[in-house]
Amino acid sequence: MAAGVLVAVIAARAIHAQSPGFGVGHAPSPEQLKQIDIDVTPDGKGLVPGHGTAATGKDVYTRRCETCHGPTGKEGPQEALSGGKGSLATPKPQKSVGSYWPYATTLWDYINRAMPFDHPSTLTPDEVYSATAYVLFLNGIVGEQDVLDETTLPKVQMPNRNGFVSDPRPDVPLKRK
Amino acid sequence: MQNARSRSRRRFLGLGAAWSAALVACRGKSVAPPVEPKALGAAVSPYGSRSKYEKTARFFNQNTKVPLEEASSRTPLHDTYGIITPSSLHFERHHSGVPEIDPSVHTLTVHGLVDRPLVFSVDELKRLPSVSRIHFLECSGNSGGEWRGGSTESDVQRIHGLTSCSEWTGVPVATLLHECGVHPDAAWVLAEGADASKHDRSIPMSKIMDDAMVAYGQNGEPLRPEQGYPLRLLLPGWEGNANVKWLRRLKVMSQPAMSREETSKYTDLMPDGTARQFTFHLEAKSIITRPSGGDTLVPGAFCELTGIAWTGRGTIVSVEITTDGGATWQQAELQKPVLRIAHTRFRLPWKWDGKETLLASRCTDDTGYTQPPLPELIKVRGMNSQYHNNGIQAWKVASDGKITNGNRA
Repeated sequence: MAAGVLVAVIAARAIHAQSPGFGVGHAPSPEQLKQIDIDVTPDGKGLVPGHGTAATGKDVYTRRCETCHGPTGKEGPQEALSGGKGSLATPKPQKSVGSYWPYATTLWDYINRAMPFDHPSTLTPDEVYSATAYVLFLNGIVGEQDVLDETTLPKVQMPNRNGFVSDPRPDVPLKRK
Repeated sequence: MQNARSRSRRRFLGLGAAWSAALVACRGKSVAPPVEPKALGAAVSPYGSRSKYEKTARFFNQNTKVPLEEASSRTPLHDTYGIITPSSLHFERHHSGVPEIDPSVHTLTVHGLVDRPLVFSVDELKRLPSVSRIHFLECSGNSGGEWRGGSTESDVQRIHGLTSCSEWTGVPVATLLHECGVHPDAAWVLAEGADASKHDRSIPMSKIMDDAMVAYGQNGEPLRPEQGYPLRLLLPGWEGNANVKWLRRLKVMSQPAMSREETSKYTDLMPDGTARQFTFHLEAKSIITRPSGGDTLVPGAFCELTGIAWTGRGTIVSVEITTDGGATWQQAELQKPVLRIAHTRFRLPWKWDGKETLLASRCTDDTGYTQPPLPELIKVRGMNSQYHNNGIQAWKVASDGKITNGNRA
Protein backbone atom coordinates (compact mmCIF):
# COMPACT_ATOMS: atom_id res chain seq x y z
CA MET A 1 0.00 0.00 0.00
CA ALA A 2 2.71 2.46 1.07
CA ALA A 3 4.81 1.42 -1.89
CA GLY A 4 1.85 2.00 -4.20
CA VAL A 5 1.31 5.52 -2.87
CA LEU A 6 5.03 6.25 -3.17
CA VAL A 7 5.07 5.07 -6.77
CA ALA A 8 2.00 7.19 -7.57
CA VAL A 9 3.68 10.25 -6.08
CA ILE A 10 6.80 9.62 -8.12
CA ALA A 11 4.67 9.07 -11.20
CA ALA A 12 2.89 12.37 -10.70
CA ARG A 13 6.05 14.38 -10.11
CA ALA A 14 8.58 12.86 -12.45
CA ILE A 15 6.67 12.36 -15.67
CA HIS A 16 9.72 12.56 -17.90
CA ALA A 17 11.81 10.23 -15.76
CA GLN A 18 12.27 6.53 -16.35
CA SER A 19 9.17 4.44 -15.97
CA PRO A 20 8.91 2.59 -12.67
CA GLY A 21 7.28 -0.18 -14.72
CA PHE A 22 4.16 -1.79 -13.35
CA GLY A 23 4.49 -4.38 -16.06
CA VAL A 24 1.05 -3.86 -17.53
CA GLY A 25 -0.09 -3.05 -21.05
CA HIS A 26 1.31 -4.08 -24.40
CA ALA A 27 2.43 -2.23 -27.50
CA PRO A 28 -0.29 -1.77 -30.12
CA SER A 29 0.40 -3.12 -33.59
CA PRO A 30 0.58 -0.52 -36.39
CA GLU A 31 -2.70 -1.92 -37.74
CA GLN A 32 -4.41 -1.55 -34.35
CA LEU A 33 -3.24 2.05 -34.04
CA LYS A 34 -4.30 2.91 -37.58
CA GLN A 35 -7.78 1.60 -36.89
CA ILE A 36 -8.46 3.85 -33.90
CA ASP A 37 -6.19 6.86 -34.57
CA ILE A 38 -8.92 8.67 -36.49
CA ASP A 39 -8.65 12.30 -35.39
CA VAL A 40 -7.85 15.00 -37.93
CA THR A 41 -6.22 18.19 -36.70
CA PRO A 42 -6.28 21.68 -38.30
CA ASP A 43 -2.88 21.08 -39.93
CA GLY A 44 -4.41 18.16 -41.83
CA LYS A 45 -2.65 15.41 -39.90
CA GLY A 46 -4.86 12.34 -39.81
CA LEU A 47 -6.46 12.92 -43.20
CA VAL A 48 -6.48 9.78 -45.35
CA PRO A 49 -5.96 9.67 -49.13
CA GLY A 50 -9.02 10.52 -51.18
CA HIS A 51 -10.74 13.45 -52.84
CA GLY A 52 -14.10 14.97 -53.62
CA THR A 53 -15.88 18.06 -54.93
CA ALA A 54 -19.22 19.69 -54.22
CA ALA A 55 -20.35 18.32 -57.58
CA THR A 56 -19.69 14.74 -56.44
CA GLY A 57 -20.90 15.63 -52.95
CA LYS A 58 -24.41 16.59 -54.02
CA ASP A 59 -25.26 12.93 -54.56
CA VAL A 60 -23.73 11.84 -51.23
CA TYR A 61 -25.54 14.65 -49.43
CA THR A 62 -28.90 13.81 -51.00
CA ARG A 63 -28.59 10.13 -50.12
CA ARG A 64 -27.02 10.33 -46.66
CA CYS A 65 -27.50 13.82 -45.16
CA GLU A 66 -30.57 15.58 -46.53
CA THR A 67 -33.20 13.72 -44.47
CA CYS A 68 -31.85 15.27 -41.28
CA HIS A 69 -30.31 18.53 -42.52
CA GLY A 70 -32.66 19.62 -45.31
CA PRO A 71 -32.13 20.26 -49.05
CA THR A 72 -29.85 23.29 -48.56
CA GLY A 73 -28.56 22.54 -45.06
CA LYS A 74 -30.86 25.11 -43.48
CA GLU A 75 -34.18 23.32 -43.16
CA GLY A 76 -33.43 20.74 -40.51
CA PRO A 77 -35.00 19.04 -38.64
CA GLN A 78 -31.50 18.53 -37.20
CA GLU A 79 -28.58 20.93 -36.89
CA ALA A 80 -28.28 23.76 -39.45
CA LEU A 81 -25.22 23.32 -41.67
CA SER A 82 -25.42 26.55 -43.63
CA GLY A 83 -26.66 30.10 -43.30
CA GLY A 84 -26.40 32.53 -40.41
CA LYS A 85 -23.53 34.52 -41.88
CA GLY A 86 -23.08 37.71 -39.85
CA SER A 87 -25.64 36.66 -37.24
CA LEU A 88 -23.37 35.79 -34.30
CA ALA A 89 -23.51 39.23 -32.67
CA THR A 90 -27.27 39.63 -33.16
CA PRO A 91 -30.13 38.66 -30.81
CA LYS A 92 -30.79 35.61 -33.01
CA PRO A 93 -27.43 34.02 -33.71
CA GLN A 94 -27.41 31.08 -36.12
CA LYS A 95 -24.46 28.81 -35.59
CA SER A 96 -23.74 26.85 -38.76
CA VAL A 97 -20.65 25.34 -40.37
CA GLY A 98 -20.34 28.50 -42.44
CA SER A 99 -21.06 31.06 -39.75
CA TYR A 100 -19.38 29.43 -36.74
CA TRP A 101 -17.02 26.51 -37.36
CA PRO A 102 -13.37 27.68 -37.30
CA TYR A 103 -11.74 24.76 -39.17
CA ALA A 104 -12.74 22.81 -42.29
CA THR A 105 -10.74 19.83 -41.00
CA THR A 106 -13.20 19.56 -38.09
CA LEU A 107 -16.04 19.08 -40.56
CA TRP A 108 -14.20 16.24 -42.30
CA ASP A 109 -13.31 14.69 -38.93
CA TYR A 110 -16.87 14.86 -37.64
CA ILE A 111 -18.52 13.49 -40.79
CA ASN A 112 -15.93 10.71 -40.82
CA ARG A 113 -16.31 9.76 -37.15
CA ALA A 114 -19.96 10.37 -36.46
CA MET A 115 -22.13 10.76 -39.55
CA PRO A 116 -24.72 9.77 -40.63
CA PHE A 117 -26.10 9.81 -37.09
CA ASP A 118 -27.70 6.36 -37.31
CA HIS A 119 -24.98 4.80 -39.49
CA PRO A 120 -21.66 6.33 -38.42
CA SER A 121 -18.38 5.29 -40.04
CA THR A 122 -20.07 3.94 -43.18
CA LEU A 123 -18.88 6.59 -45.66
CA THR A 124 -15.80 5.97 -47.82
CA PRO A 125 -12.97 8.56 -47.67
CA ASP A 126 -14.05 9.92 -51.08
CA GLU A 127 -17.62 10.27 -49.81
CA VAL A 128 -16.40 12.14 -46.72
CA TYR A 129 -14.34 14.54 -48.88
CA SER A 130 -17.33 14.98 -51.18
CA ALA A 131 -19.86 15.62 -48.40
CA THR A 132 -17.43 18.05 -46.78
CA ALA A 133 -17.01 19.89 -50.08
CA TYR A 134 -20.78 20.07 -50.60
CA VAL A 135 -21.47 21.52 -47.14
CA LEU A 136 -18.71 24.09 -47.66
CA PHE A 137 -20.18 24.84 -51.11
CA LEU A 138 -23.64 25.41 -49.55
CA ASN A 139 -21.93 28.06 -47.41
CA GLY A 140 -20.18 29.70 -50.35
CA ILE A 141 -16.76 28.74 -48.98
CA VAL A 142 -15.57 26.55 -51.88
CA GLY A 143 -16.57 26.39 -55.53
CA GLU A 144 -18.57 23.56 -57.05
CA GLN A 145 -15.56 22.06 -58.84
CA ASP A 146 -12.89 22.76 -56.18
CA VAL A 147 -11.15 19.48 -55.33
CA LEU A 148 -10.71 18.77 -51.64
CA ASP A 149 -8.02 16.28 -50.63
CA GLU A 150 -5.29 15.84 -48.02
CA THR A 151 -3.46 18.92 -49.30
CA THR A 152 -6.26 21.33 -50.14
CA LEU A 153 -8.67 20.75 -47.25
CA PRO A 154 -6.40 22.15 -44.48
CA LYS A 155 -5.91 25.28 -46.60
CA VAL A 156 -9.62 26.16 -46.69
CA GLN A 157 -10.12 29.41 -44.76
CA MET A 158 -13.26 29.39 -42.64
CA PRO A 159 -15.03 32.76 -42.12
CA ASN A 160 -15.08 32.45 -38.31
CA ARG A 161 -11.48 31.20 -38.02
CA ASN A 162 -10.57 34.00 -35.59
CA GLY A 163 -13.85 34.08 -33.70
CA PHE A 164 -12.72 32.22 -30.58
CA VAL A 165 -11.18 33.55 -27.37
CA SER A 166 -9.84 31.84 -24.26
CA ASP A 167 -11.72 31.52 -20.97
CA PRO A 168 -11.52 34.75 -18.92
CA ARG A 169 -13.56 33.52 -15.97
CA PRO A 170 -14.14 34.42 -13.20
CA ASP A 171 -15.84 37.21 -15.13
CA VAL A 172 -17.87 38.75 -12.29
CA PRO A 173 -16.51 40.46 -9.14
CA LEU A 174 -15.35 37.96 -6.50
CA LYS A 175 -16.76 39.70 -3.42
CA ARG A 176 -20.31 40.91 -2.95
CA LYS A 177 -22.45 42.21 -0.10
CA MET B 1 -41.81 19.02 6.43
CA GLN B 2 -44.78 17.12 5.07
CA ASN B 3 -45.42 19.81 2.51
CA ALA B 4 -42.23 18.90 0.72
CA ARG B 5 -42.08 15.19 1.40
CA SER B 6 -45.20 13.79 -0.21
CA ARG B 7 -45.51 16.01 -3.22
CA SER B 8 -46.41 13.42 -5.83
CA ARG B 9 -48.95 11.71 -3.61
CA ARG B 10 -50.60 15.03 -2.80
CA ARG B 11 -50.82 15.84 -6.47
CA PHE B 12 -52.58 12.54 -7.00
CA LEU B 13 -55.01 13.22 -4.17
CA GLY B 14 -55.41 16.84 -5.11
CA LEU B 15 -55.23 17.77 -1.43
CA GLY B 16 -52.80 19.52 0.89
CA ALA B 17 -50.91 17.18 3.22
CA ALA B 18 -52.48 18.65 6.34
CA TRP B 19 -55.98 18.19 4.95
CA SER B 20 -55.39 14.62 3.86
CA ALA B 21 -54.05 13.80 7.34
CA ALA B 22 -57.12 15.42 8.88
CA LEU B 23 -59.43 13.46 6.58
CA VAL B 24 -57.82 10.18 7.55
CA ALA B 25 -58.13 11.13 11.22
CA CYS B 26 -61.85 12.01 10.85
CA ARG B 27 -62.80 8.76 9.14
CA GLY B 28 -62.42 6.86 12.40
CA LYS B 29 -63.10 3.11 12.30
CA SER B 30 -64.06 2.99 8.62
CA VAL B 31 -60.37 2.88 7.72
CA ALA B 32 -58.18 0.15 9.16
CA PRO B 33 -55.21 1.51 11.09
CA PRO B 34 -51.84 0.82 9.46
CA VAL B 35 -50.38 -2.47 10.60
CA GLU B 36 -46.97 -4.05 10.23
CA PRO B 37 -47.00 -7.19 8.09
CA LYS B 38 -47.18 -10.45 10.05
CA ALA B 39 -46.42 -12.83 7.21
CA LEU B 40 -42.90 -13.89 6.31
CA GLY B 41 -41.02 -11.35 4.23
CA ALA B 42 -39.20 -11.85 0.97
CA ALA B 43 -36.10 -14.01 0.75
CA VAL B 44 -32.57 -12.74 0.16
CA SER B 45 -31.81 -11.71 -3.40
CA PRO B 46 -28.69 -11.38 -5.57
CA TYR B 47 -29.09 -7.69 -6.45
CA GLY B 48 -31.18 -5.22 -4.46
CA SER B 49 -33.94 -3.02 -5.74
CA ARG B 50 -35.88 -0.18 -4.16
CA SER B 51 -39.27 -0.40 -2.49
CA LYS B 52 -42.17 -0.70 -4.89
CA TYR B 53 -43.61 2.40 -3.24
CA GLU B 54 -40.75 4.59 -4.46
CA LYS B 55 -41.27 5.98 -7.95
CA THR B 56 -38.84 8.88 -8.28
CA ALA B 57 -37.09 8.79 -11.65
CA ARG B 58 -34.89 10.68 -14.06
CA PHE B 59 -36.81 13.11 -16.24
CA PHE B 60 -36.40 13.45 -19.98
CA ASN B 61 -38.47 15.20 -22.57
CA GLN B 62 -39.91 12.70 -25.04
CA ASN B 63 -41.65 15.25 -27.25
CA THR B 64 -38.61 16.71 -28.92
CA LYS B 65 -36.95 16.56 -32.31
CA VAL B 66 -33.73 15.59 -30.52
CA PRO B 67 -33.22 11.81 -30.85
CA LEU B 68 -33.30 10.15 -27.41
CA GLU B 69 -29.83 8.73 -28.10
CA GLU B 70 -28.56 12.30 -28.17
CA ALA B 71 -30.70 13.60 -25.32
CA SER B 72 -30.27 14.13 -21.60
CA SER B 73 -32.11 12.86 -18.55
CA ARG B 74 -32.16 14.73 -15.28
CA THR B 75 -31.55 13.74 -11.66
CA PRO B 76 -34.55 14.16 -9.31
CA LEU B 77 -32.70 16.56 -7.01
CA HIS B 78 -35.89 17.16 -5.02
CA ASP B 79 -36.07 13.51 -4.02
CA THR B 80 -32.41 12.70 -3.33
CA TYR B 81 -30.79 13.18 0.07
CA GLY B 82 -27.31 13.89 1.39
CA ILE B 83 -24.56 14.31 -1.19
CA ILE B 84 -24.40 11.02 -3.13
CA THR B 85 -26.59 10.51 -6.18
CA PRO B 86 -27.71 6.90 -6.61
CA SER B 87 -26.01 5.56 -9.75
CA SER B 88 -29.42 4.68 -11.18
CA LEU B 89 -30.47 8.34 -10.93
CA HIS B 90 -27.23 9.96 -12.16
CA PHE B 91 -28.05 12.38 -14.96
CA GLU B 92 -27.35 11.33 -18.53
CA ARG B 93 -26.19 13.19 -21.60
CA HIS B 94 -25.19 11.06 -24.54
CA HIS B 95 -24.11 12.11 -28.01
CA SER B 96 -24.92 8.88 -29.85
CA GLY B 97 -26.54 6.51 -27.40
CA VAL B 98 -25.23 4.12 -24.75
CA PRO B 99 -22.97 1.48 -26.33
CA GLU B 100 -22.97 -2.09 -25.04
CA ILE B 101 -19.34 -2.89 -24.29
CA ASP B 102 -17.86 -6.22 -23.20
CA PRO B 103 -15.16 -5.36 -20.65
CA SER B 104 -13.19 -8.50 -21.48
CA VAL B 105 -12.42 -7.17 -24.97
CA HIS B 106 -12.47 -3.39 -24.32
CA THR B 107 -9.08 -1.69 -24.17
CA LEU B 108 -7.62 1.74 -23.52
CA THR B 109 -4.85 2.83 -25.88
CA VAL B 110 -2.41 5.55 -24.81
CA HIS B 111 -0.33 6.86 -27.70
CA GLY B 112 0.84 9.98 -29.54
CA LEU B 113 3.78 11.94 -28.13
CA VAL B 114 5.00 9.11 -25.92
CA ASP B 115 8.04 6.84 -25.88
CA ARG B 116 5.99 3.66 -25.55
CA PRO B 117 2.40 3.51 -26.88
CA LEU B 118 0.52 1.03 -24.70
CA VAL B 119 -2.78 -0.81 -24.79
CA PHE B 120 -4.32 -1.57 -21.39
CA SER B 121 -7.04 -4.09 -20.68
CA VAL B 122 -9.68 -3.24 -18.09
CA ASP B 123 -8.28 -5.92 -15.77
CA GLU B 124 -4.77 -4.48 -16.09
CA LEU B 125 -6.02 -1.03 -15.13
CA LYS B 126 -7.69 -2.49 -12.06
CA ARG B 127 -4.35 -3.94 -10.93
CA LEU B 128 -2.69 -0.51 -10.83
CA PRO B 129 -2.60 1.73 -7.72
CA SER B 130 -6.16 3.05 -7.39
CA VAL B 131 -7.81 6.14 -5.94
CA SER B 132 -11.40 6.76 -4.83
CA ARG B 133 -12.78 10.27 -4.68
CA ILE B 134 -16.22 11.82 -4.28
CA HIS B 135 -16.86 14.39 -7.01
CA PHE B 136 -19.84 16.01 -8.67
CA LEU B 137 -20.35 15.93 -12.41
CA GLU B 138 -22.37 18.69 -14.03
CA CYS B 139 -23.33 19.22 -17.66
CA SER B 140 -22.25 22.66 -18.87
CA GLY B 141 -25.78 23.07 -20.26
CA ASN B 142 -27.36 22.60 -16.83
CA SER B 143 -29.79 25.42 -15.96
CA GLY B 144 -29.23 26.80 -19.47
CA GLY B 145 -32.90 27.54 -20.01
CA GLU B 146 -32.71 30.29 -17.39
CA TRP B 147 -30.63 32.65 -19.54
CA ARG B 148 -33.58 34.17 -21.35
CA GLY B 149 -35.52 35.53 -18.42
CA GLY B 150 -36.30 32.28 -16.67
CA SER B 151 -37.39 29.04 -18.24
CA THR B 152 -40.97 27.87 -18.31
CA GLU B 153 -39.84 24.76 -16.49
CA SER B 154 -40.99 24.95 -12.94
CA ASP B 155 -39.20 22.39 -10.80
CA VAL B 156 -35.66 21.86 -9.62
CA GLN B 157 -35.23 18.59 -11.52
CA ARG B 158 -36.14 20.08 -14.88
CA ILE B 159 -34.17 23.28 -14.36
CA HIS B 160 -31.05 21.99 -12.57
CA GLY B 161 -31.11 18.17 -12.80
CA LEU B 162 -27.96 17.87 -14.93
CA THR B 163 -25.73 17.60 -11.87
CA SER B 164 -24.99 14.47 -9.82
CA CYS B 165 -22.36 13.34 -7.31
CA SER B 166 -20.68 9.94 -6.95
CA GLU B 167 -17.70 8.22 -5.45
CA TRP B 168 -15.44 7.40 -8.39
CA THR B 169 -12.68 4.80 -8.33
CA GLY B 170 -9.94 4.45 -10.89
CA VAL B 171 -6.34 5.05 -11.90
CA PRO B 172 -4.72 8.50 -12.11
CA VAL B 173 -4.04 9.25 -15.78
CA ALA B 174 -0.61 10.46 -14.66
CA THR B 175 0.25 6.87 -13.73
CA LEU B 176 -0.59 5.66 -17.24
CA LEU B 177 1.31 8.47 -18.92
CA HIS B 178 4.30 7.71 -16.77
CA GLU B 179 4.21 4.12 -17.97
CA CYS B 180 4.26 5.40 -21.56
CA GLY B 181 6.88 8.15 -21.11
CA VAL B 182 5.62 11.55 -22.25
CA HIS B 183 7.59 13.73 -24.68
CA PRO B 184 8.61 17.24 -23.56
CA ASP B 185 6.43 18.95 -26.21
CA ALA B 186 3.25 17.24 -24.95
CA ALA B 187 0.64 19.88 -24.09
CA TRP B 188 -2.78 18.31 -24.70
CA VAL B 189 -4.39 14.90 -24.45
CA LEU B 190 -7.21 13.92 -26.77
CA ALA B 191 -9.74 11.67 -25.01
CA GLU B 192 -11.99 9.60 -27.24
CA GLY B 193 -14.94 7.34 -26.48
CA ALA B 194 -16.04 4.07 -28.06
CA ASP B 195 -19.60 5.27 -28.59
CA ALA B 196 -21.09 5.45 -32.08
CA SER B 197 -19.97 9.06 -32.67
CA LYS B 198 -16.53 8.54 -31.03
CA HIS B 199 -17.10 11.59 -28.81
CA ASP B 200 -13.78 13.38 -28.28
CA ARG B 201 -12.36 16.32 -26.33
CA SER B 202 -8.86 17.77 -25.99
CA ILE B 203 -7.72 18.23 -22.39
CA PRO B 204 -4.75 20.39 -21.29
CA MET B 205 -1.83 18.33 -19.95
CA SER B 206 -1.84 20.33 -16.68
CA LYS B 207 -5.29 18.99 -15.77
CA ILE B 208 -4.38 15.48 -16.86
CA MET B 209 -1.34 15.48 -14.55
CA ASP B 210 -3.13 17.24 -11.71
CA ASP B 211 -6.12 15.04 -10.90
CA ALA B 212 -7.53 13.32 -14.01
CA MET B 213 -8.61 9.72 -13.48
CA VAL B 214 -9.55 6.78 -15.66
CA ALA B 215 -12.53 5.63 -13.62
CA TYR B 216 -13.97 2.11 -13.58
CA GLY B 217 -15.92 2.33 -10.32
CA GLN B 218 -18.95 4.37 -9.30
CA ASN B 219 -20.44 4.22 -5.81
CA GLY B 220 -18.74 0.94 -5.02
CA GLU B 221 -19.61 -1.01 -8.16
CA PRO B 222 -18.58 -0.87 -11.81
CA LEU B 223 -19.65 2.24 -13.72
CA ARG B 224 -23.20 2.13 -15.04
CA PRO B 225 -23.37 1.80 -18.85
CA GLU B 226 -24.90 5.30 -18.98
CA GLN B 227 -21.83 6.58 -17.14
CA GLY B 228 -19.26 5.06 -19.46
CA TYR B 229 -18.95 1.36 -18.60
CA PRO B 230 -16.35 0.00 -18.43
CA LEU B 231 -14.04 3.08 -18.44
CA ARG B 232 -14.51 6.82 -18.38
CA LEU B 233 -12.33 9.86 -18.00
CA LEU B 234 -13.00 11.86 -14.85
CA LEU B 235 -11.88 15.50 -14.71
CA PRO B 236 -12.93 16.80 -11.29
CA GLY B 237 -14.79 20.10 -11.53
CA TRP B 238 -14.74 20.30 -15.33
CA GLU B 239 -17.78 20.33 -17.59
CA GLY B 240 -19.47 16.98 -18.01
CA ASN B 241 -18.89 16.34 -21.71
CA ALA B 242 -15.09 16.54 -21.29
CA ASN B 243 -15.30 13.56 -18.89
CA VAL B 244 -15.33 11.24 -21.89
CA LYS B 245 -17.33 8.04 -21.35
CA TRP B 246 -16.61 4.58 -22.79
CA LEU B 247 -13.00 5.78 -22.99
CA ARG B 248 -11.00 3.90 -25.63
CA ARG B 249 -8.09 6.19 -26.42
CA LEU B 250 -5.86 8.90 -24.95
CA LYS B 251 -3.60 10.57 -27.51
CA VAL B 252 -0.86 12.87 -26.30
CA MET B 253 -0.55 15.91 -28.59
CA SER B 254 1.15 19.27 -28.85
CA GLN B 255 -2.05 21.10 -29.90
CA PRO B 256 -5.77 20.55 -29.30
CA ALA B 257 -7.54 18.49 -31.97
CA MET B 258 -10.24 21.18 -32.41
CA SER B 259 -12.97 18.56 -32.45
CA ARG B 260 -16.55 19.44 -33.29
CA GLU B 261 -17.52 19.37 -29.60
CA GLU B 262 -14.80 21.87 -28.61
CA THR B 263 -15.36 24.29 -31.48
CA SER B 264 -18.94 24.35 -32.72
CA LYS B 265 -20.75 22.96 -29.67
CA TYR B 266 -19.45 23.53 -26.15
CA THR B 267 -18.32 27.12 -26.69
CA ASP B 268 -19.89 30.23 -25.16
CA LEU B 269 -21.10 32.91 -27.60
CA MET B 270 -20.54 36.47 -26.34
CA PRO B 271 -22.44 39.65 -27.25
CA ASP B 272 -19.71 40.80 -29.67
CA GLY B 273 -19.99 37.58 -31.68
CA THR B 274 -16.80 36.00 -30.38
CA ALA B 275 -17.02 32.73 -28.48
CA ARG B 276 -15.17 31.54 -25.41
CA GLN B 277 -13.45 28.22 -26.01
CA PHE B 278 -12.15 25.59 -23.56
CA THR B 279 -14.34 26.95 -20.76
CA PHE B 280 -13.86 23.86 -18.64
CA HIS B 281 -14.45 24.91 -15.02
CA LEU B 282 -17.86 24.74 -13.41
CA GLU B 283 -18.08 27.70 -11.06
CA ALA B 284 -19.63 27.92 -7.59
CA LYS B 285 -23.35 27.17 -7.59
CA SER B 286 -26.08 26.28 -5.14
CA ILE B 287 -29.79 25.56 -5.24
CA ILE B 288 -32.48 24.96 -2.68
CA THR B 289 -33.86 21.54 -3.59
CA ARG B 290 -36.56 21.26 -0.86
CA PRO B 291 -38.91 22.97 -0.79
CA SER B 292 -38.76 24.02 -4.43
CA GLY B 293 -40.86 24.49 -7.55
CA GLY B 294 -44.00 22.35 -7.45
CA ASP B 295 -44.23 22.18 -3.63
CA THR B 296 -46.95 23.88 -1.61
CA LEU B 297 -46.10 25.35 1.80
CA VAL B 298 -48.38 25.36 4.85
CA PRO B 299 -48.36 28.64 6.83
CA GLY B 300 -46.73 28.35 10.23
CA ALA B 301 -45.61 24.74 9.70
CA PHE B 302 -41.97 23.85 10.25
CA CYS B 303 -40.12 23.36 6.99
CA GLU B 304 -36.41 22.62 6.69
CA LEU B 305 -34.79 24.44 3.79
CA THR B 306 -32.18 22.19 2.21
CA GLY B 307 -30.18 21.99 -0.96
CA ILE B 308 -26.79 21.40 -2.54
CA ALA B 309 -23.82 23.62 -3.33
CA TRP B 310 -20.71 22.80 -5.35
CA THR B 311 -17.73 24.38 -7.09
CA GLY B 312 -15.34 23.09 -9.71
CA ARG B 313 -12.60 25.32 -8.34
CA GLY B 314 -12.28 23.83 -4.87
CA THR B 315 -14.32 23.64 -1.69
CA ILE B 316 -17.55 25.31 -0.59
CA VAL B 317 -16.92 27.41 2.52
CA SER B 318 -20.36 28.93 3.09
CA VAL B 319 -23.94 28.88 1.89
CA GLU B 320 -26.33 31.70 2.71
CA ILE B 321 -30.09 31.59 2.36
CA THR B 322 -32.54 34.42 1.96
CA THR B 323 -36.22 33.94 2.80
CA ASP B 324 -37.15 37.57 2.15
CA GLY B 325 -36.18 38.09 -1.47
CA GLY B 326 -32.57 39.06 -0.79
CA ALA B 327 -33.09 41.68 1.95
CA THR B 328 -31.27 39.51 4.50
CA TRP B 329 -29.12 36.38 4.25
CA GLN B 330 -28.64 33.67 6.91
CA GLN B 331 -25.85 31.12 7.15
CA ALA B 332 -26.99 27.59 6.39
CA GLU B 333 -25.40 24.61 8.13
CA LEU B 334 -23.07 22.60 5.91
CA GLN B 335 -23.12 18.81 6.18
CA LYS B 336 -19.71 17.54 7.32
CA PRO B 337 -17.34 16.55 5.96
CA VAL B 338 -17.36 19.20 3.25
CA LEU B 339 -15.52 17.63 0.33
CA ARG B 340 -13.53 19.28 -2.40
CA ILE B 341 -15.27 19.43 -5.82
CA ALA B 342 -18.29 17.59 -4.43
CA HIS B 343 -21.93 18.31 -3.78
CA THR B 344 -22.18 19.95 -0.36
CA ARG B 345 -25.49 19.52 1.48
CA PHE B 346 -26.80 22.56 3.35
CA ARG B 347 -29.74 22.96 5.71
CA LEU B 348 -31.61 25.72 7.54
CA PRO B 349 -34.63 25.37 9.85
CA TRP B 350 -37.52 27.63 8.82
CA LYS B 351 -41.22 28.38 9.14
CA TRP B 352 -43.18 30.15 6.42
CA ASP B 353 -45.12 33.16 7.72
CA GLY B 354 -47.78 32.89 5.03
CA LYS B 355 -46.64 35.94 3.04
CA GLU B 356 -45.56 36.01 -0.59
CA THR B 357 -41.77 35.93 -0.85
CA LEU B 358 -38.68 34.74 -2.72
CA LEU B 359 -36.36 32.00 -1.41
CA ALA B 360 -32.81 31.64 -2.69
CA SER B 361 -29.35 30.36 -1.76
CA ARG B 362 -25.89 31.58 -2.68
CA CYS B 363 -22.56 29.91 -1.95
CA THR B 364 -18.94 30.98 -1.63
CA ASP B 365 -15.92 28.79 -2.38
CA ASP B 366 -12.37 28.82 -1.05
CA THR B 367 -11.15 30.99 -3.92
CA GLY B 368 -13.32 33.79 -2.48
CA TYR B 369 -15.82 33.57 -5.34
CA THR B 370 -19.48 34.02 -4.44
CA GLN B 371 -22.25 32.69 -6.67
CA PRO B 372 -23.61 35.71 -8.57
CA PRO B 373 -27.18 36.72 -9.37
CA LEU B 374 -28.01 35.59 -12.91
CA PRO B 375 -28.43 39.21 -14.18
CA GLU B 376 -24.74 39.81 -13.39
CA LEU B 377 -23.73 36.93 -15.62
CA ILE B 378 -26.07 38.15 -18.36
CA LYS B 379 -24.59 41.64 -18.08
CA VAL B 380 -21.15 40.23 -18.94
CA ARG B 381 -22.06 37.35 -21.27
CA GLY B 382 -25.22 38.61 -22.95
CA MET B 383 -28.26 36.56 -23.88
CA ASN B 384 -26.68 34.25 -26.49
CA SER B 385 -24.56 32.27 -24.05
CA GLN B 386 -26.22 29.05 -23.02
CA TYR B 387 -23.62 27.13 -21.02
CA HIS B 388 -22.13 27.55 -17.54
CA ASN B 389 -25.06 29.22 -15.81
CA ASN B 390 -24.18 29.24 -12.11
CA GLY B 391 -26.45 32.17 -11.26
CA ILE B 392 -28.66 32.25 -8.18
CA GLN B 393 -31.97 30.40 -8.48
CA ALA B 394 -34.92 32.05 -6.75
CA TRP B 395 -38.09 30.20 -5.80
CA LYS B 396 -41.25 32.31 -5.62
CA VAL B 397 -43.65 31.50 -2.80
CA ALA B 398 -47.17 32.73 -3.61
CA SER B 399 -49.63 33.75 -0.90
CA ASP B 400 -51.39 30.39 -1.29
CA GLY B 401 -48.08 28.62 -0.56
CA LYS B 402 -47.45 27.42 -4.11
CA ILE B 403 -43.79 27.54 -5.18
CA THR B 404 -42.76 28.37 -8.74
CA ASN B 405 -39.64 29.44 -10.63
CA GLY B 406 -38.75 32.84 -9.19
CA ASN B 407 -36.28 33.60 -11.98
CA ARG B 408 -39.05 34.02 -14.50
CA ALA B 409 -39.40 37.62 -15.58
